[in-house]
Amino acid sequence: MASPKKAAADKTNGSSPPEFTKEQELKALRDMLLIRRFEEKAGQLYGMGAIGGFCHLYIGQEAVVVGMQMALKQGDQVITGYRDHGHMLACGMDANGVMAELTGRRGGYSKGKGGSMHMFSMEKQFYGGHGIVGAQVSLGTGLAFANHYRGNDNVSVAYFGDGAANQGQVYESFNMAELWKLPVIYVIENNRYAMGTSVSRASAQQDFSKRGASFNIPGKQVDGMDVRAVKAAGDEAVAWCRAGKGPFILEMQTYRYRGHSMSDPAKYRTREEVEKVRHDQDPIEQVRNRLLAAKVSEADLKAIDAEVRDIVNASADFAQHDPEPDAAELWTDVYR
Amino acid sequence: MPIQVLMPALSPTMEKGNLAKWLKKEGETIKSGDVIAEIETDKATMEVEATDEGTLGKILIPEGTADVAVNTPIATILADGETAADLAKVPAAPAPSVAQEVAESRSPVGEGKPMISAPKATAAPQAVAEPDPEVPAGTAMVTQTIREALRDAMAEEMRRDKDVFVMGEEVAEYQGAYKVTQGLLQEFGAKRVIDTPITEHGFAGVGVGAAMTGLKPIVEFMTFNFAMQAIDQIINSAAKTLYMSGGQMGCSIVFRGPNGAAARVAAQHSQDYSSWYSNIPGLKVIAPFSAADYKGLLKAAIRDPNPVIFLENEVLYGHTGEVPKLDDYVIPIGKARIVRAGSHVTIISWSNGMTYALKAADELAKDGIEAEVIDLRTLRPMDTETIINSVKKTGRAVTVEEGWAQSGVGAEIAARIMEHAFDYLDAPVTRVSGKDVPMPYAANLEKLALPSAAEVVEAAKAVCYR
Repeated sequence: MASPKKAAADKTNGSSPPEFTKEQELKALRDMLLIRRFEEKAGQLYGMGAIGGFCHLYIGQEAVVVGMQMALKQGDQVITGYRDHGHMLACGMDANGVMAELTGRRGGYSKGKGGSMHMFSMEKQFYGGHGIVGAQVSLGTGLAFANHYRGNDNVSVAYFGDGAANQGQVYESFNMAELWKLPVIYVIENNRYAMGTSVSRASAQQDFSKRGASFNIPGKQVDGMDVRAVKAAGDEAVAWCRAGKGPFILEMQTYRYRGHSMSDPAKYRTREEVEKVRHDQDPIEQVRNRLLAAKVSEADLKAIDAEVRDIVNASADFAQHDPEPDAAELWTDVYR
Repeated sequence: MPIQVLMPALSPTMEKGNLAKWLKKEGETIKSGDVIAEIETDKATMEVEATDEGTLGKILIPEGTADVAVNTPIATILADGETAADLAKVPAAPAPSVAQEVAESRSPVGEGKPMISAPKATAAPQAVAEPDPEVPAGTAMVTQTIREALRDAMAEEMRRDKDVFVMGEEVAEYQGAYKVTQGLLQEFGAKRVIDTPITEHGFAGVGVGAAMTGLKPIVEFMTFNFAMQAIDQIINSAAKTLYMSGGQMGCSIVFRGPNGAAARVAAQHSQDYSSWYSNIPGLKVIAPFSAADYKGLLKAAIRDPNPVIFLENEVLYGHTGEVPKLDDYVIPIGKARIVRAGSHVTIISWSNGMTYALKAADELAKDGIEAEVIDLRTLRPMDTETIINSVKKTGRAVTVEEGWAQSGVGAEIAARIMEHAFDYLDAPVTRVSGKDVPMPYAANLEKLALPSAAEVVEAAKAVCYR
């Protein structure tokens, strides 16, 4: 088993990422905490039987979506695969609507018809939530195509994992994106395991930032546990895309603390490996420690904790008490 | 003996072409590889190269002749030492090849026009078409190939809505692998007529992604056989997203291209996907037969806010029909059409299956059996009402499809008839379909694998107990 890469930022950039302002640190902390607490609650509700089917938690990877979102502007689009709760919260989607979709209730983003892996928000420009590994890469390229077609300066961000990075349509998309100079950022969330298969057992080229090399797409390896590094890389990629230079690949080196899904006993890695990453690299603890070092009071941080817990508890309450969809909903939304 | 130069076929489905120009004169010396003539179809212009050496003895078909059937002798080449006197040794006309018979057997009979008009004309039987309810009486008609009707439908919708664009392999600079998109690049430019790499899965996904933002892509598959590479995006992304998003995010997109058997291209290029796509809620599936329907239904498909599978037929592309000369001829999706009225048996088909159905109806009429022929036109949503009303009248039904019988559209029609008109049936519903084998290449086997008018006649007589 490969040992955790502790100093990815140093290896790739040779220096620490640009500092955040205090406001940025606080926002990053709050948004990452919201995702973590939300996911912990979702795990609990799953254990209670309130959430069915598949449930893929994002715990450990929070810095990736929060840092990227800080680099985007209004109108930029986001699309991802099935591990999507964090992306939706980072996009500003309402926790109640996401949790109620997990419990299959009428107040869910998809009226209870989509579930954990299939949620969308036109308002927040979140295009799902896709259950077929790699499909979101072509779709995300299509979002960028639409921006290019309309002549606006929006970019799309297509997130996918180290596992999806081996799908054929990813490379079909890379080719078209570079050929047509489409403004799409491919964010490869390398959490080291495609379900139970480690990167070294599945990937001939383990440096995912080079996966676009034969299409001349620039790529960068990023310490995906450091939200500042993510934001800085996101800024660079966004600038590249908005300037009309075509797509950009960001390999986010990250880690998922929980199993692939709720039913994963995670026998493919040691408990020590997980504990070491949590201890050394946790994205939330990094921000919290920096804030404390900058003399932000424990009380201020506790206030953020409390606000986040209130949101999450309210969402769990809503999601368990909201009625199930009306039986008539079975037949709606098949056609427009 | 002098060598005959025959009218060549430019594509597996070409039946005739125009002899545009002779580039050599009688008496000129010809070397192997010399371009001797230019021939053209509505799809392409091609040069005819000599494969033999000698002297151009006689031009049999003058330049400017239209509709010259494939394999018609167009010139003779005299070998060294031969003279014009030797020309008399050439047989008047060769026996028609098997390939020609196959091509002719597929020519449509429903539009009242013989397809091979020169140099030998075969009279096509006339279908007694019911008037089209969508066309106001007295509307002027224009004769068009299906290829042109499709092109005009796309062009009209692209003029109407800037969010409509076409993408696919060879759709722009090459003008379409089957020339369906001819001229679109010139009118609308490269931004809206987009050549893709050979990458079906990828560009289907790009199209769906663009459609999710509100654009209205027309995605051309060079054939639907290649769309199997893209079927995940068609079904999992295009068809299901509206439902999975609780109605928030739809996908107005048309996937179109030739479907079903072409001619002599064997198993991987000859499959009917009618039943595959018509199985999927969230998709609409259209498979027209007549040129007018191709136009009116493609326009409707482009405007429809849902993903639409538009199944064309390569064999039919060059066939002509009367298309209403209206500014905006749009046919509602989901309506079948009674193409021929009758009272003894209902024959239900769509797309090229109509060729066999209509030919069979003419044969049956000679034996006093009046068949009612229904062109489904749309497979999903299926116009059950038109089928049931007809069966209630005739008490007998035969379905005709080029696809396989198992889990086919004919099986679905039979089930619906049993559900809604069981008490009216005087005989079991009978299916005529493609044979349960991959499509063979050999001309005789291919003919056997496809349905035929004779099989439809036999089935119709069987259900009439005749």
